[in-house]
Amino acid sequence: MKIVVCIKQVPDVADVRIDPETNTLIREGVPSIVNPFDMYAVEEAIRLKERFGGEVKLLTMGPPQAEAALRELLSLGADDAVLVSDRTFAGSDTLATSYTLAMAIRKIGDVDLVLCGKQAIDGDTAQVGPGIAENLHWGFAAYVRKIEEIGDGVMRLERLMDDGYDLLRIPLPAVITVVKEINEPRLPSLKGKMKAKKLEIPVWNAEEIGADPERLGLSGSPTKVSKIFTPEFRRKGEILQGEAEAQVDRLVSEIERLNIV
Amino acid sequence: MDYFLTEEQLMIRDLAAQIAREKVIPVRAELDEKEEFPSEIMKVLADSDMFGLYIPEEYGGMGGGILENCIAIEQLSRACIAVSVTFAASGLGCYPILLYGTEEQKKKYLPRIASGKSLAAFGLTEPNAGSDAGGIQTTAVKDGDSYILNGTKQWITNGGEADIYTVIAMTDRSRGARGASAFILEKGMEGFKFGKKEKKMGIRASATRELIFEDCRIPARNLLSREGMGFIVAMKTLDKSRPGIAAQGVGLAQGAIDEAAVYAKTRIQFGKPIAAQQAIQHMLADMTTQTEAARSLLYATCKFMDSNPKNFSKEAAMVKLFATDTAMKVTTDAVQVMGGYGYMREYPVEKMMRDAKILQIYEGTNQIQRNVIGLELVKEYTGKTEAVPVG
Ligand SMILES: Cc1cc2nc3c(=O)[nH]c(=O)nc-3n(C[C@H](O)[C@H](O)[C@H](O)COP(=O)(O)OP(=O)(O)OC[C@H]3O[C@@H](n4cnc5c(N)ncnc54)[C@H](O)[C@@H]3O)c2cc1C
Ligand SMILES: Cc1cc2nc3c(=O)[nH]c(=O)nc-3n(C[C@H](O)[C@H](O)[C@H](O)COP(=O)(O)OP(=O)(O)OC[C@H]3O[C@@H](n4cnc5c(N)ncnc54)[C@H](O)[C@@H]3O)c2cc1C
Repeated sequence: MKIVVCIKQVPDVADVRIDPETNTLIREGVPSIVNPFDMYAVEEAIRLKERFGGEVKLLTMGPPQAEAALRELLSLGADDAVLVSDRTFAGSDTLATSYTLAMAIRKIGDVDLVLCGKQAIDGDTAQVGPGIAENLHWGFAAYVRKIEEIGDGVMRLERLMDDGYDLLRIPLPAVITVVKEINEPRLPSLKGKMKAKKLEIPVWNAEEIGADPERLGLSGSPTKVSKIFTPEFRRKGEILQGEAEAQVDRLVSEIERLNIV
Repeated sequence: MDYFLTEEQLMIRDLAAQIAREKVIPVRAELDEKEEFPSEIMKVLADSDMFGLYIPEEYGGMGGGILENCIAIEQLSRACIAVSVTFAASGLGCYPILLYGTEEQKKKYLPRIASGKSLAAFGLTEPNAGSDAGGIQTTAVKDGDSYILNGTKQWITNGGEADIYTVIAMTDRSRGARGASAFILEKGMEGFKFGKKEKKMGIRASATRELIFEDCRIPARNLLSREGMGFIVAMKTLDKSRPGIAAQGVGLAQGAIDEAAVYAKTRIQFGKPIAAQQAIQHMLADMTTQTEAARSLLYATCKFMDSNPKNFSKEAAMVKLFATDTAMKVTTDAVQVMGGYGYMREYPVEKMMRDAKILQIYEGTNQIQRNVIGLELVKEYTGKTEAVPVG
């Protein structure tokens, strides 16, 4: 089985600050990490390889520095990796990102399964996974918490829902996004780290993945971010006074008035 | 301080630190409280290739030396030395095979130890033979193709948990120390049993048990080296592994400094952080200086030993002595810096100070280290009548 895991390098949110003037993220000097949800996707891919055999390829679209994220994850036991990088990708929204990644997956060829994280902790849209599936016209399942079985071109899995889980059967090839309940990611091994250090990571540009320039980067991104702001923090607390009984009555009537429950 | 470690050594350091941070620190207090063996952490260390750091690649190891092993032990010890001794004692049990094993013995046992699939242990000490290891009473009598072992080893780290044991026993009592021999034993051999787990002051998550031999019959091919070589095997093994105990000391001391320094900056008394008091600063300054000195001696000693010198008993003893005395002092001072809070189990320095004491006792007490250093020194100066500087 040929598995591709899409991973994204994101700023370490623990350190992210917002520029109060421009209301944008201050990215300078902020350390980059692998999107935490993608760690679960990589772990699951390696476990699938251990269960069913095959190979695991990592894929990211990003600037040249994103190579560091690929190397970090290669040390966990993925076989190889591809970096898709081109100046024309700058300013991609989820539509352009999904298209670009889908084109890279086409170029990789013979892929049975694509794994993504549930969402990226910076963009947070959770749209890239389904977007890739749409571009490839493949099956899709979000929020996967367990892969029960793969066989005869069909995958049985559990999808986490607010009120329990769904049991699904989807045909391969498919794209899935995973939640952190699916596994506990392993730590790297020294042999893995040494191998990862030496591996060649090919870089593919827009032309090499055969992409339509109109659908890339800013020109392929209909999303316009007109303004970013931090919602004003308003908290009007009131501490009720008086007899306990009167307080409870006030509380109940306030709850009814505000329609909270 | 930058010790100009190689890229590979930095990789080992960072991964060991990650394991300490993510897998050891969250559970160390609970393991200590419950006196629970750290099996899961040993599995993580095995999966990360740590058990084979000093074992040659042809036997499944990483092909490094004592320095690589000590870098890992140091980082683990920042978090918990009960965990790091469990890890390091496997190396202690392995060295006799690595140093004196036949090709067949190495092929059979080293890959299992290097992969971490099997833990190893080393059995020398007995109820009546501690510092005076020459007094051991366990016997091994040759019987055809076998040896039959009888006796009891005491306080053996990883006893009962390890699969592979290297044990020293007397094959010829009439020859005294020259009548001892070293053997490889495996858990499950007939007549090989374990005593109860000891209750200890510190390193409570580590397993310390008796090894009991009752007409324990082992194949004669499990003899290491030759009959009569037992004490040489034991002494050379301890020489090789003593820097590992020093690495425990350096890591533990650093862990205590980290706790005390963070605390001193946040604890307010008399309207300011206690870290602003010169008395506290001076204590922290001494702790840091002594620990850095111990680390420098450790790395220098490891590099020296990895260059395969003929004799390194003195150097190994010096680093064990200095780093572990430092750890005892630094952990005691860390408790002092933190006052009553430091004495409470909620804070890790309480355990660190309890744990530190063992470092001055096992693998040769620090008095015995001074004996070794003194003896070597006297040898070096034998016949010298003038103090003329050379080289
Ligand atoms: C300030 C700002 C505002 C933005 N606003 C919008 C907006 O309103 N609408 C919009 O469409 N876009 C917007 N974007 C762009 C968008 O956030 C992303 O950069 C990008 O399209 C990926 O989406 P995401 O981060 O939400 O990923 P998600 O869809 O949340 O990521 C899900 C998974 O997809 C995979 N994945 C995501 N990105 C990559 C990648 N580059 N390479 C490989 N795998 C990947 C990972 O497996 C990841 O776990 C904005 C960007 C910025 C900086
Ligand atoms: C937790 C733990 C784990 C251990 N793990 C192992 C293990 O894995 N394998 C193993 O073989 N052993 C192990 N030991 C045994 C350890 O190595 C011995 O405890 C140590 O060598 C000291 O021996 P002893 O305790 O009998 O002390 P003793 O030898 O009785 O010493 C008592 C005191 O007298 C001093 N003393 C003795 N002789 C002299 C002398 N000649 N000059 C100056 N002072 C002297 C000592 O320094 C000490 O202060 C372990 C011990 C402990 C407590």
